[in-house]
Amino acid sequence: MSIVEETRIALLDLFPELAAADAEARAAAQAEAEAVAEAATADTVDDETEAIEPVAEGDAPAGGDDEVEAAELSEAAAEPEPEPEEPEEDGPRENGVMLTDHAARGTDIDVLCAPDQVVEAATIMDEAGFFLEAITGVDWIKEEKLEVIYDYNQFGQEQCRVAVRTLIPRSEPEIPTISDVMPSANWHERETHDFYGIKFAGHPHLIPILLPEDADFHPLLKDFKP
Amino acid sequence: MTVPIECRQDETFVLNLGPQHPATHGVLRVKLTMDGEYIVEAEPVLGYIHRMHEKMAEDGNFAQFMPNTARMDYLHALAFNHGYCLVVERAAGIEVPERAEYIRVITVEMNRLISHILWWAAFLLDLGGFTPLLYAFDDREHVLDLLERVTGSRLTYCYFRFGGVYNDIDDEFITGTYAFVKRLRSRMPSLYHDLVTGNIILQKRLKGIGIITEEQARRYGCTGPVARGSGINYDIRKNESYSVYSEFDFDVPVYNECDSFARYMVRMDEMEQSLRIIEQALDKLPDGPIRAKVPKILKPPEGDYWASVETARGNLGYRLVCDGKKNPYKLKLRSPTFCNLSCFAEVSEGMLLADALAFMGSLDLVIPEIDR
Repeated sequence: MSIVEETRIALLDLFPELAAADAEARAAAQAEAEAVAEAATADTVDDETEAIEPVAEGDAPAGGDDEVEAAELSEAAAEPEPEPEEPEEDGPRENGVMLTDHAARGTDIDVLCAPDQVVEAATIMDEAGFFLEAITGVDWIKEEKLEVIYDYNQFGQEQCRVAVRTLIPRSEPEIPTISDVMPSANWHERETHDFYGIKFAGHPHLIPILLPEDADFHPLLKDFKP
Repeated sequence: MTVPIECRQDETFVLNLGPQHPATHGVLRVKLTMDGEYIVEAEPVLGYIHRMHEKMAEDGNFAQFMPNTARMDYLHALAFNHGYCLVVERAAGIEVPERAEYIRVITVEMNRLISHILWWAAFLLDLGGFTPLLYAFDDREHVLDLLERVTGSRLTYCYFRFGGVYNDIDDEFITGTYAFVKRLRSRMPSLYHDLVTGNIILQKRLKGIGIITEEQARRYGCTGPVARGSGINYDIRKNESYSVYSEFDFDVPVYNECDSFARYMVRMDEMEQSLRIIEQALDKLPDGPIRAKVPKILKPPEGDYWASVETARGNLGYRLVCDGKKNPYKLKLRSPTFCNLSCFAEVSEGMLLADALAFMGSLDLVIPEIDR
């Protein structure tokens, strides 16, 4: 199993319903794949008995092809079902785990979760051997929301970048800290607090890091006037 | 009545290191609680040259932010150019011609080389060796002259454009670069390694000092030579190969000792690898255009994009959020030394002050990049 798939399954722990649906889908896909594989082997046997004359290259590659096909089938069956498909196009996206195209987006997995789940998400990422690359906010002033994005990455030879995002109300920007889980979050959270005024509840030392020590403004909020 | 000083239980005192201190290479301040010569607690205080580049990015259009990228890490400015180009090209779907990719790689690697050379010089200056600085600046000058010919500037380059580079390289640049590669190769063993690396004083000051374990490096998000000195085989040029790096044959030096000397050795070995990449890229340099046709005002589609490059100090990331307008809705910069420095407090606990300064030098700090 690839690291992207492993991580996706680990992250599904955040969403029990999705995880259950996903597990079912995977079991079904596996059963199907097995059935297909069996059928394929049966087919090749059939092929062998039926078509002896035209097969010049041998039967082994034919069987191999079928297996590849089966694997592709199982992947195709496993991935899209539990997730809301292309949620960005129509309306707000629902919470869940989404696979993204690395070449187009730069990330492999994109998670949207509730604000109180970020600590759990960080724990999952920590246990999976990931490190925190950055924390940042985005001010969606029209929707009256602040988005907080946590970027995770890992040192493995296979690439897998994960973005965990959550939306909090702009009027009451508060979210639990993950600095107990990931010490690197300490500074990133202070920086995000500087720029967006997001309060990280439980942070040990939430004072300005880049702005002056008496700063009471948050320059990256869209309604900030210098 | 106050207790006489010799009777006090707690004999710690607070020492301010910086913001104006030569060993901090810029305006970094570290509040140190000392017990004699030993550090009890260290707290880096940042932000003395914070300029809010992320806000400036939102105010102008995409191209207008390009000069800003060079003003963060002034020692490896072209990598910051490169990362920004990559994220905007990814968002706008721009293809870069092959020749431009090669020129990018050649110039970025030359820039990495002089960044390491300057780090080497300044680091040894911290440790009390003055002579290496003169040799290093001699070599650095050659590269600066070469880069000046094509980029037009000597320090804060703004050479890359979306879809290519600003200027083509000419024969004089190519022959000059070949000559420089040859020259540095011949000077490396004697002037760099025999004079300095093998020096017993240097080894005594660095070996076993400033241990960042592999686990610490991961938990603090350390990347670049700091992570590779802690036994982590991670280099974005290999692991997430961007541009045309996959076409070159080079190694990622990794040392398992986790100390300051390991980080020193990683950088020394990386210089040779950069030379190898430059040489191969010059050998294979294809003909063709140096810039794709790109509209003057870019309006990338809505969405959220990430791009990373390997700078001399580690993993630089840009997160770009577009809303379909001509300026970025949000641009986040993930600068490598910001994360590398965050482990300083934990690692320097219980260290001698003089060792802590050697350790700080081995992290290769560039303050404008931390403060942004």
